[in-house]
Amino acid sequence: MNLLVPLKMVPDLVEELTLNEAGTGLDRDALTYKLNEFDDQALEEALELKALHGGTVIVAGLDTPDIDQVFYTAIAKGADRAVKITGQFDPLVDSWTAAAAMAPVVASLEVDLVLAGVQAPDDLYGQLPVLLAGRLGWPHVSVVSGIELDPQARIARCHQEYSGGVMAAMETALPAVLGVQAARKTPRYAPISRIRQVMKEAKLEEVAAAPAADGGRPKVRRLFKPESQGHARMLEGDVTSQIEQLVGLLAERGLLKVRV
Amino acid sequence: MANATRTVWEGLPVWMVVGFWLAAALSTGLFFLGWTVRLRKYLRARRVHLENVPSRVLRAARDLYASRTVGRRDWFTGGSHALILWGFTALFIGTTILSFDVDIVRRFFRGYSFWKGTFYLGYKLSLDVLGLGMVIGLLLMGARRAWFKLPRLNYHRVDRRPEAPRRIYRAGDWIFLSWLFLLGVTGFLLEGLRIAADRPLGAQFSPIGSAVAAGVGAVDLRSLARPLHTGVWVFHAILALGFVAYIPYSKAVHMMASGFNLMFRDRLAASRLPEAGAVPTAYRTLADMSWTQLIALDACTKCGRCHEVCPARAAGAPLSPRDLILDLREYADRTIGLRTPATDRLAGALPKERAARLAGGVISADTLWACTTCMACVEACPVGIEHVPMIVGMRQALVEAGEMDATLQTALQNLGKQGNSFGSSGRLRGRWTQGLPFPVNDARKQPVEYLWFVGDYASYDQRLQEVSRATARVFHALGVDFGILYEAERNSGNDVRRVGEEGLYEMLQEQNIQALAKCEFTAIVTTDPHSYNTLKKEYPDRGARYRVLHYTELLADLLLDGRLRFEHPVRARATYHDPCYLGRYNGVYDQPRAVMKAAGVDLVDMPRCRANALCCGAGGGRIWMTETPGQERPSEQRIKEAMTLPGVDTFVVACPKDVTMYAAAAKVLGVEDRMQVKELIELVEAAL
Amino acid sequence: MAPVVVIAEQLGGVLNDVSLELLGKGRQLAQGLGEPLVALLAGDQLDSLAASLRTADRVLLLEDEGLAHFTPDAYEQVLAEALKDLEPRLVLIGNTSAGMDLAAGLSGRLNWTLAAYCTDLRVEGTALVAVAQLYGGKLFAEVELGTSAAIASVIPGSFPADAVKSGEGRATVERLPVKLPPGRVRFHELIAPETSAVDIKKVPVLVSVGRGIGGAENVEIAEDLARALGGEIAASRPVVDSGWLPKARQVGKSGMTVRPKLYVALGISGAPEHLQGMKDAEFIVAVNTDSSAPIFETAHIGVVADALEFVPALTERLTAGA
Repeated sequence: MNLLVPLKMVPDLVEELTLNEAGTGLDRDALTYKLNEFDDQALEEALELKALHGGTVIVAGLDTPDIDQVFYTAIAKGADRAVKITGQFDPLVDSWTAAAAMAPVVASLEVDLVLAGVQAPDDLYGQLPVLLAGRLGWPHVSVVSGIELDPQARIARCHQEYSGGVMAAMETALPAVLGVQAARKTPRYAPISRIRQVMKEAKLEEVAAAPAADGGRPKVRRLFKPESQGHARMLEGDVTSQIEQLVGLLAERGLLKVRV
Repeated sequence: MANATRTVWEGLPVWMVVGFWLAAALSTGLFFLGWTVRLRKYLRARRVHLENVPSRVLRAARDLYASRTVGRRDWFTGGSHALILWGFTALFIGTTILSFDVDIVRRFFRGYSFWKGTFYLGYKLSLDVLGLGMVIGLLLMGARRAWFKLPRLNYHRVDRRPEAPRRIYRAGDWIFLSWLFLLGVTGFLLEGLRIAADRPLGAQFSPIGSAVAAGVGAVDLRSLARPLHTGVWVFHAILALGFVAYIPYSKAVHMMASGFNLMFRDRLAASRLPEAGAVPTAYRTLADMSWTQLIALDACTKCGRCHEVCPARAAGAPLSPRDLILDLREYADRTIGLRTPATDRLAGALPKERAARLAGGVISADTLWACTTCMACVEACPVGIEHVPMIVGMRQALVEAGEMDATLQTALQNLGKQGNSFGSSGRLRGRWTQGLPFPVNDARKQPVEYLWFVGDYASYDQRLQEVSRATARVFHALGVDFGILYEAERNSGNDVRRVGEEGLYEMLQEQNIQALAKCEFTAIVTTDPHSYNTLKKEYPDRGARYRVLHYTELLADLLLDGRLRFEHPVRARATYHDPCYLGRYNGVYDQPRAVMKAAGVDLVDMPRCRANALCCGAGGGRIWMTETPGQERPSEQRIKEAMTLPGVDTFVVACPKDVTMYAAAAKVLGVEDRMQVKELIELVEAAL
Repeated sequence: MAPVVVIAEQLGGVLNDVSLELLGKGRQLAQGLGEPLVALLAGDQLDSLAASLRTADRVLLLEDEGLAHFTPDAYEQVLAEALKDLEPRLVLIGNTSAGMDLAAGLSGRLNWTLAAYCTDLRVEGTALVAVAQLYGGKLFAEVELGTSAAIASVIPGSFPADAVKSGEGRATVERLPVKLPPGRVRFHELIAPETSAVDIKKVPVLVSVGRGIGGAENVEIAEDLARALGGEIAASRPVVDSGWLPKARQVGKSGMTVRPKLYVALGISGAPEHLQGMKDAEFIVAVNTDSSAPIFETAHIGVVADALEFVPALTERLTAGA
């Protein structure tokens, strides 16, 4: 079973997001990047499936800042190969461009299943797993958990999650793309010593991206921060005082019951 | 009296003497066999190099014979053990001297013997007195074991493993005690019977023997004295030779193993953990432990002091340093060493394979994660076992396998990404300085006398930021030329290392050293004892040697110089909690006290203070892990201990994590109005 | 003609509220563009549902046994065919799980532009402008949808649903021919969450716990408060994923949407997925140690404190004196 996990860097929201002067994008210099958390889930799921069924896990990503470190970490966690797709990419490359660049690479790699993070925080043009599946012409199911593989029958089973805790159990023929909402367990820890060892020993493969055709994306006029739609009234003072204030407010609104 | 002596082998038929020699050969053979098996165990372990062997031997001898380690905080046991040790040593040397005279001197220097006259009488007197001391010591130890109901002698397991029968331990303890006791008693009986039978010259120089002889006379057995003597002699010989053979297979081995361990121990072991290099530092299997550590395992006498002082155990966590050592020992014996039905039964549920995992296998992960690395166990151990480095080594294996608490994993990931355990932006590290009426120098940009290494908690925690600002104000008021690293500072790595993430430690260390290399300063001062420990003791192993002070040391220096004067001494009756990494680890006890007293504090120490202070429970990465539901947190026990001191209403600490832990404990106990938790700097500021 | 098409969503014979929200907004946009509004629905046995969609100008049904349950592949194919024939200006889809599969899938298959995570749409002359949410709501993007066919997937709850009254329209209901593709993705069964005695959607007071409470052993503290307030306990997704509470208690995008009289959020940071499930509660009180937690933007009352300290004291105050 060859599993492929696309990896994408997103801004670390620990830092403040600042806009560039024109207001059309984020100030790239002020950003630090980290791996999209759903891609981390997808990678963990892929590693678990590999442990169960054997095969290889390939991680792939576009050449954007700090992606190398993420590749090394993935290999330290157990991925077998890392493929970096080179080209002139914006650090905050959008999902449409990413899908366009990745599809030919995936097609060339004899992949049975693509496990991608269900979404990224900046998926203005749609989510990568579905866009990628569209370009590959493969079936896709997104927002899934509870993934199981049947290598003999060449199918993957999963649960698509709806609201209210309802799920639909589905199965798809392989090759396919799944948008992973949650792995079966928390993404594992890769000790720094192992990552450093990987950095010394492992080689990252590089593939040049095919020149991208344009289109498919609406034009961004501007970005803006939301005006706070009101903020909570913060209760001041020490804990006792805060409790008194809160109890008063609840009583005012008739929300306190007399204890039966 | 010049010819006072006694005839060796007197009254014994030749066959008995021959039998003695045969039995001696047998018992010596068994002794060496037992030791060979042990040596084989040690030789299979990882090699380490020891330096300064002669001074080590001298120091160990001094520790042993001055009863420094056994007698620490326990004069009763220290005294009893000293009596036994001196007595046994005297008797052993005495027997050696005798056999040297009889078997060597008399044989090669025909007819000459030095074992007579004044020498002989002095010899007899010393042995009698010291031998009596040994017997008394043994009686005291027996009484202690039987009647004192000491909690440290409770062998009950705390780690929720199925109890392997520990009756074997108790049986072993009593056999050892009784055997030696019988040896001593029969020895005196033997002497008394001989004196009763022979009435030799100078018998008054054998006071105990003479007393026994008088007793024999009193019960009118003098006529039977000679045959009785022979009988008792045989019995005593069997006991003695049997004891020799028994030593390597029993608790008695501590007589040698503990001595060796005291020679091989590294006082700094926990404070200065080994650098990862060609030799891996992770303890995955038994083969990763060093031979000195295997000797340490054998040296354990189950005295239970480590078990008693461990804060994790006291809080109900599944960690007993004693059981950790014993489990490792029994596992080692079962797989590469001594194997007897007793060791098999004791080993019980432990794995049988030689290459079994230590962490998560022989020792459970919960046990290993419960440790706060406070080093109370190492400090308390009378035979010099270093538990903490073993725990850290095994934790490294757990980290490698990714087997850790989710919250710990998050903390480590935050440390890797942002250099602090909170996950807050590293760029905001210096933000706490904004509340100050003066700018704090940037040590990256200008030379300073004291580079203040602030630490994570003091930089990011809201309550502790107040303490940091107080510290800055005090430094400023005292005219101290100081600066901080702002965003260039990272977690010093002390607790990261102790959690077992050695790679992350190296990374943080490198980043800090790089930042420090670009700065000009005379000394580093820190308000965080954890940072203090690693900066002072471990960073030099990377070639980064600095003069490192804790702020209380700096204040104490300023006090001596007269630069620190208190205009408004506080009138407070307070107690001081010695932080583990400042006190036990680095011996800084007096400077904080000096500063406090000068500030006007009426200082009352808690019963467990200085080297015996009880850890707050946050160290060793515990503050990054979810609490195991237990009985009572060590921090709460400590507050309660402080409240037993009459009139004390202030609990003074000198470590940021202590402030967090003890303030929370006081709140949980509902005693915030009766016991205020204050950082020492707050008192200093108030008293200036 | 380039209609505004709303792709309605149904699950188990029940129309998703977002469909009604989109019809309301769709009507506004259609009027602004001077185009008709078309409602498109795929599934099986859709008669009763069709009635609810009649506020549109046309209701088109793709009805087939094989479409009884949503599968990305089959639905995408038949909808794509239908959309190609319709040649719309704008397609509106709800940003639900199924919607995410469909919106991006249709965009790829038809090569039409897509704006996802929209919270608003408007007509400016002949241009269509969408406002989309990024970075969990920390940033918004204003995008132009161009003049050729475009798809917008809209976050549920962005528009009011009650503006549209069901069954008031006079639209014709047509059934389109359905050509089912070979089934690469097959539906097995619907899994409902374990039924719990408590339906948190019907409880007037909810005390909800997030990751900030630290551990399963602290859930009890919240339960005590819930009891003191006469309510029930609820949870955010991380708490349910960690097993501290059952799924039936989950509030949020993949849990329940609740509108209690009182919602107390303890140690919940306020991720959009959670907010989606509770932002319409009447009175929201949030307790969190982080003063910059997004929950405070949505809550009415905020307390910066450690829930483990605050809550037991609050419970005590309520049981002692109230």
